[in-house]
Amino acid sequence: MKVRIKFTKEGSAKFIGHLDTMRYFQKALRRAGLPVAFSGGYSPHMIMSFAAPLGVGTTSLGEYFDLELTQTVPTSVIEGKLNSTMAEGIRVLSARAVEDAKASKAMSLVAAADYLVEFREGKEPEVPWLEKIEEFFALSSITVLKKTKRSEKEVDIRPYIYEMKPKGSQVFLKLASASANYTKPELVIDAFQKWLGCEPKDFCYQIQRLEVYADTGSETQHSFLSLEALGEKIE
Amino acid sequence: MRKLALNDEILLKVDKAARYIGGEVNSVMKNKEKVDIRFAMAFPDVYEIGMSNLGMMILYNMFNERQDVWCERLFSPWTDLDKVMREKKISLFTLESQDPVNIFDFLGITLGYEMCYTNVLQLLDLGGIPLLAKDRTETDPLVIGGGACAYNPEPLAPFFDMFYIGEGETSYDALFDAYKANKAAGGTREDFLLMACRIPGIYVPAFYDVTYKEDGTIASFAPNREAVPEKVCKQLIVDMEKEYRAIESPVVPFIKATQDRITLEIQRGCIRGCRFCQAGMIYRPTRERDVETLKLSAKRMLENTGHEEISLSSLSSSDHTQLNDLVTFLIDEFQDQAVNISLPSLRIDAFALDVMSKIQDVKKSSLTFAPEAGSQRLRDVINKGLTEEDILKGAGEAFRGGWNHVKLYFMLGLPTETEDDMKGIAHLAERIAEEYYEIPKDQRNGKVQINVSTSFFVPKPFTPFQWAGMYSENDFIEKAKVVKSEIREQLNQRSIRYNWHEPDVTILEGFLARGDRRCAEVILKAYQKGALYDAWSESFRYDIWKEAFEETGIDLDFYTLRERSTDEILPWDFIDAGVTKEFLIREWKQAHEETVTPNCRQRCSGCGAKQYGGGVCFESKN
Ligand code: SF4
Repeated sequence: MKVRIKFTKEGSAKFIGHLDTMRYFQKALRRAGLPVAFSGGYSPHMIMSFAAPLGVGTTSLGEYFDLELTQTVPTSVIEGKLNSTMAEGIRVLSARAVEDAKASKAMSLVAAADYLVEFREGKEPEVPWLEKIEEFFALSSITVLKKTKRSEKEVDIRPYIYEMKPKGSQVFLKLASASANYTKPELVIDAFQKWLGCEPKDFCYQIQRLEVYADTGSETQHSFLSLEALGEKIE
Repeated sequence: MRKLALNDEILLKVDKAARYIGGEVNSVMKNKEKVDIRFAMAFPDVYEIGMSNLGMMILYNMFNERQDVWCERLFSPWTDLDKVMREKKISLFTLESQDPVNIFDFLGITLGYEMCYTNVLQLLDLGGIPLLAKDRTETDPLVIGGGACAYNPEPLAPFFDMFYIGEGETSYDALFDAYKANKAAGGTREDFLLMACRIPGIYVPAFYDVTYKEDGTIASFAPNREAVPEKVCKQLIVDMEKEYRAIESPVVPFIKATQDRITLEIQRGCIRGCRFCQAGMIYRPTRERDVETLKLSAKRMLENTGHEEISLSSLSSSDHTQLNDLVTFLIDEFQDQAVNISLPSLRIDAFALDVMSKIQDVKKSSLTFAPEAGSQRLRDVINKGLTEEDILKGAGEAFRGGWNHVKLYFMLGLPTETEDDMKGIAHLAERIAEEYYEIPKDQRNGKVQINVSTSFFVPKPFTPFQWAGMYSENDFIEKAKVVKSEIREQLNQRSIRYNWHEPDVTILEGFLARGDRRCAEVILKAYQKGALYDAWSESFRYDIWKEAFEETGIDLDFYTLRERSTDEILPWDFIDAGVTKEFLIREWKQAHEETVTPNCRQRCSGCGAKQYGGGVCFESKN
């Protein structure tokens, strides 16, 4: 049985890196006593696939990984067992049975993600900004300088911003997140600040990921569905 | 959720923020208003190392079983955070509550190795606790040290209010009860220390005075007030079933600790009596845990942590009388759950090879032998009961089983060592290589690789070699060169790799291991000049230490090079560690006569540990 787990990372758990989060769940699955499938060999490992690694410092309400079990277990039982052994800040939101095929791996499905960006205290832009978000989003192109290890190049990130709007005193973003067009929320807000004529301050954002989506539509007509919604409950 | 002591900006800038956040699975949270005693348990090294220390975890678990005590952990901040904390004047904090350590009742520091001593000062310093015990006031935590290095606490004496000598299981309850009683009665810090020093195993350095002779050796060491005991007795548990406090749910670190696995302690002590080995002496007598209890314990710990590996911990595990039963059980029970089993300190024999072939990939693993000395003569001197025949036989069997990697560990600078003994290291390695190439080509597995490592011998308190002189840095290097050039002379030299440890750390370790109270000044000076993380080659700065010796006028050679006479008062003589001085002197003489002493199961040699009334001394065989 292939299962997709959705979990949160809040509070101090945001300081746990991606690899350590994987290790954390490997141990948690053992503690939960679930019938996890292993690869063979002298150092067998769990058959797991994490979607979209989360940077250290970012919190999340929608992290995902897929894993394989040797037997069918009701999804509510999986949720209960895992939640009985979680550390502070990490909670399993759901377990869903998903189709068992290579193309359905959590990692390869990721097309978009939602974020909430908050300015840390005293690090907000010095000009009025909340009311400018819509205008910025209405631009037809937003060029930024993208630095890679070897070069710098100008890219238009506007096509990768699917949504941008104020939410309370925070900014809501829906951004492209596939491996080819993965767009960091910091990059967008930096561009926004520069467009406002402000220089982004060091260490000014607290970012939260809200959800990760697959695209069940087409390139021109996106139809985003959360990774969770692609699976189903099993009794 | 808990509020962290460090802000996001700091945590995102330092390496491995998860070292400082706590909140791990099985870490213990309590309501601080509802406990009487808050104990901060520190390990003076970085988190990943400290979290791998079994002794500390046993105490953490044991203290927290008491409703009235909340024990929390803390470790040395790594150098990056150390800098930030000093700059921003942030107080050192515990991981669980994230509260500053100077509001705690106790600060316990595990002393596992000498090279962590400057980190001890770092903990106090960043914690805002006066470095010297005499400067502390009623509101400062009581600083207590324990662990292997507490068997010679003297170089650290001025920094500690108390030391605990021996195994923690026995006296901490009495100590906590005394603390509560004293508090309830409105007693002072000094009142408490006076109560504490009468609890078995507790040493309060301030209650003892030392005087010195003109030649620098100790003239007298005695209590400086009434009712303070002259001797401090090592503590240990005798009944490994009833008194042993097994950990059921060890804390599971978020980041990979050095020991990212379950550590199952199968016995304490060692029957062998190698004359250089401190652990083999101070943990006497050998006491085994019962195999059925161990099986249950392994199962529980695996369930409660989710670790994917279990490792057996003991000195010389092969001597556990029920080891076969235990290992067979672990393999049968857990291997299909993909749990790795690791078995350090196994003697290579048919059983070991059989087990190893089941639990690891023969092609990738190596055989480890620790002959410690290159010649049979010197092995007799050090009482290492491993013969060349044993090694060749074990290696030969292993080679035929497919192994082709061998690791050999030796020490240089052992008492009575000659050039022949050093060269013997090369010859032994060569003979192992020859053993390999005697196997027909089609039956062996490519080339053999033999890794020879040497460390330099450090004499330790409470061993028969506690009187021995050490060598100078140059002598040590010369010795390593002898080994190196002799290896190059061997027929199969291409199959033999040689590496040796740097001598400077060893010399300092030797100084700290057998130092007296006056040595504290050097530690303090070195720390003030920036020495920290001396156990880490990347941060060890011998130049700082050299300056510290110069500026304090303390003579390093007096402590390292000098051979002591057996009637000298040694700084640690006030401790009764179980083994008697008569026994150690006898062994020191036997060593010079190249006479082997049988192990505890062959024949008791009356070391003194029988006084505890248990363990190997009372096995029917004796
Ligand atoms: S008293 Fe005898 S049996 Fe007991 S530890 Fe000492 S030498 Fe071994």
